[in-house]
Amino acid sequence: MYKYDEIDQRLVDERVAQYRDQTRRYLAGELSEEEFRPLRLQNGLYIQRHAPMLRIAVPYGMLSSKQLHKLADIAQKYDRSYGHFSTRQNLQLNWPKLEEIPDILAELATVEMHAIQTSGNCIRNITTDQFAGVAPDEVVDPRAIAEVMRQWSTFHPEFALLPRKFKIAVSGTKDDRAVVQMHDIGMEFYLDSQNKVAIKVWVGGGLGRTPILGSVIREHLEWQHALTYCEAIVRVYNLHGRRDNSYKARIKILVKALGIDEFRSQVEAEWAHLKDAPNTITESELARVAKHFEAMPYATLPAHDASFDAAIASNPAFANWAKRSLHAHKTAGYRAVTLSLKPHGKAPGDASSEQMHVVADLAEQYSFGELRVSHEQNLILADVKLSDLFAVWEKARANGLATPNIGLLTDIICCPGGDFCSLANAKSIPIAEAIQMQFDNLDYLHDIGDIELNISGCMNACGHHHIGHIGILGVDKDGSEWYQVSIGGSQGNHASIGSVIGPSFSAEEMPSVVQKLIDVYIKERTPEELFIDTARRLGVAPFKAYVYAKDEVTA
Amino acid sequence: MSQLIKLNDNVAHIAENQWAVVQLPPSLVEARKQAGKVVLFKLTGEKTVSEEQLSGTIIPESGKVIVPLSVFIARKAQLQARINAGEIGVWVDTHEVLNDLAEHQADLNQLPIIAIHVERFADGRIFSLGLLLRTRYGFKNELRAIGDVLRDQLFFLKRSGFDSYLIRADRNAQEAMLSLKDFSAPYQGAVDEPRPAFLRYNRVA
Repeated sequence: MYKYDEIDQRLVDERVAQYRDQTRRYLAGELSEEEFRPLRLQNGLYIQRHAPMLRIAVPYGMLSSKQLHKLADIAQKYDRSYGHFSTRQNLQLNWPKLEEIPDILAELATVEMHAIQTSGNCIRNITTDQFAGVAPDEVVDPRAIAEVMRQWSTFHPEFALLPRKFKIAVSGTKDDRAVVQMHDIGMEFYLDSQNKVAIKVWVGGGLGRTPILGSVIREHLEWQHALTYCEAIVRVYNLHGRRDNSYKARIKILVKALGIDEFRSQVEAEWAHLKDAPNTITESELARVAKHFEAMPYATLPAHDASFDAAIASNPAFANWAKRSLHAHKTAGYRAVTLSLKPHGKAPGDASSEQMHVVADLAEQYSFGELRVSHEQNLILADVKLSDLFAVWEKARANGLATPNIGLLTDIICCPGGDFCSLANAKSIPIAEAIQMQFDNLDYLHDIGDIELNISGCMNACGHHHIGHIGILGVDKDGSEWYQVSIGGSQGNHASIGSVIGPSFSAEEMPSVVQKLIDVYIKERTPEELFIDTARRLGVAPFKAYVYAKDEVTA
Repeated sequence: MSQLIKLNDNVAHIAENQWAVVQLPPSLVEARKQAGKVVLFKLTGEKTVSEEQLSGTIIPESGKVIVPLSVFIARKAQLQARINAGEIGVWVDTHEVLNDLAEHQADLNQLPIIAIHVERFADGRIFSLGLLLRTRYGFKNELRAIGDVLRDQLFFLKRSGFDSYLIRADRNAQEAMLSLKDFSAPYQGAVDEPRPAFLRYNRVA
């Protein structure tokens, strides 16, 4: 993974000093609440219900063992010994003290980490596929460009105060796992007819209050122009995006208001001036950064391992876990392993300091000292030998990291919700926990099969509820918490936005509502259909009819 | 003490302010100047400033003055002698369009100063406008940030081509100056240094 040089290190060190002084001035009353707000937000610091929340950047989800050990230590020293991995592949601390944030940043800087631009109206952490570099269906490893873009966007002077937040995702696989279509800018890398790396650029996607999938602004962009083209897009947005109403301030609203064709022509006119400017990426810079993402020193192994096959055959629990938790790998004899942060009855995405140390040790011992955070809020060891999987499983299981539910109903994507977040209309974690307990039967879960359930505590959609096969949105009605349910949303190449099935439900009703949706699916599915297929084929009607049927009818 | 910070050869110092900023009289109708609507205003030709405001703006008879863009355009003939004498600068609001200025003043460098007025410090359009004036319109003279200009935006303003900053009256300009040096080796190319770090330094993996 990327390692800092002097330039990178100096920048984060100077950031610590800058933020320390900003905090001092705020505490001394020299900065008003309003003036300090964008400063702390651009450093990932929210003022929340109980305490501030600090969001630490995990660029495109990559972490080293050393970094994870440090995060575990920080969570223990400055917080309540746990952290929350978010859908932006970042780590959030829920209980730090405002005055201690500069010290936390100083500790982060010692392991080449920071909290720069993890919130606020600026370019946020660039996200990508958690299997980048190891996935067999990968055409282009997007991490080198993602790092080049991270550097470009860090303290970009022109884009320091945009109308609203700005999220970029990059992917380089046939099966999109980075949800590029729901980002302000999505970049899909591919090889063009000349066999050169090119980018298909999407713009104006986003969830939130007005969910819209992105539009293609350019089918073919040579990789060298990734920065200047983004500069043109963000400049048009910075100048013309709405600033009078924060709900209408995302780029998607501007793209929609102008129409993609008019927006594209403005961007292209701007880009005509920027093309080949000094920010054009050079071969040598890409090569320098790409060196950090070269293939690991893999052993030459056969495609099968006798000890692994024997363990699968003799140990059903291990077999169950392997079935859900392993992802194919480019290199023979290796697998990517997903460690579940979704044990039933616990807050999805949470990890204790102890668990973080365990995962860091596992990565050190079995996966070249690196790991990734997925936007599904799990942790991934990307390079594990088949022969080591049993040992990894035993250690993970002993530490509550091996729930065999990856991709199943209880692998819920969930925001922190009303328990922590001051934006939320409703709690989300207790809903997730209640659903996990309702479906706490592994055979049944496996029978239901692949399904994605997403929960957001408000329309800001941090839990990406619009693209859940089942999406749950917390809403406020007359001061009490209700939940709106949608079905048919999906991420991936065939991304779609779910349809609301009808009036919202109380928290207590939610497990049984999900149960009824599953019942309809089980009853109606054809042998090869997953939930999303059945939902797409039948539409909302049969689900709605059953969920809202009077109790006496269904009893 | 003066609230004006100026940058000369990349060295910041407190300078005396020789320019008076001319304001438009308050409008009787609600100003329509929200971001995003500018695009629409351009299409419909709708103005954000009324005729009464333009004719009612009081411009001091002598001395160096910075006039609003709309007044400059509407009353340029009247100001021409003073423009030639280098006594007139123009200020532009962040919702206004630079092309309007360029259309009415072919040689921008005839103006000794252009100011961008930022009503709220969090309005980042000021950065794009500064950058465009420097790189697209070739403006070489003093470029000043006025309005809600605060310390923590100075570094970005400098990088976007501003070399003069009128700090909000209730803040300490001397202290604010320190923030111009927040970062010593920024990553990306910008106006003050067009080369990104990967062209400036020999970075090895």
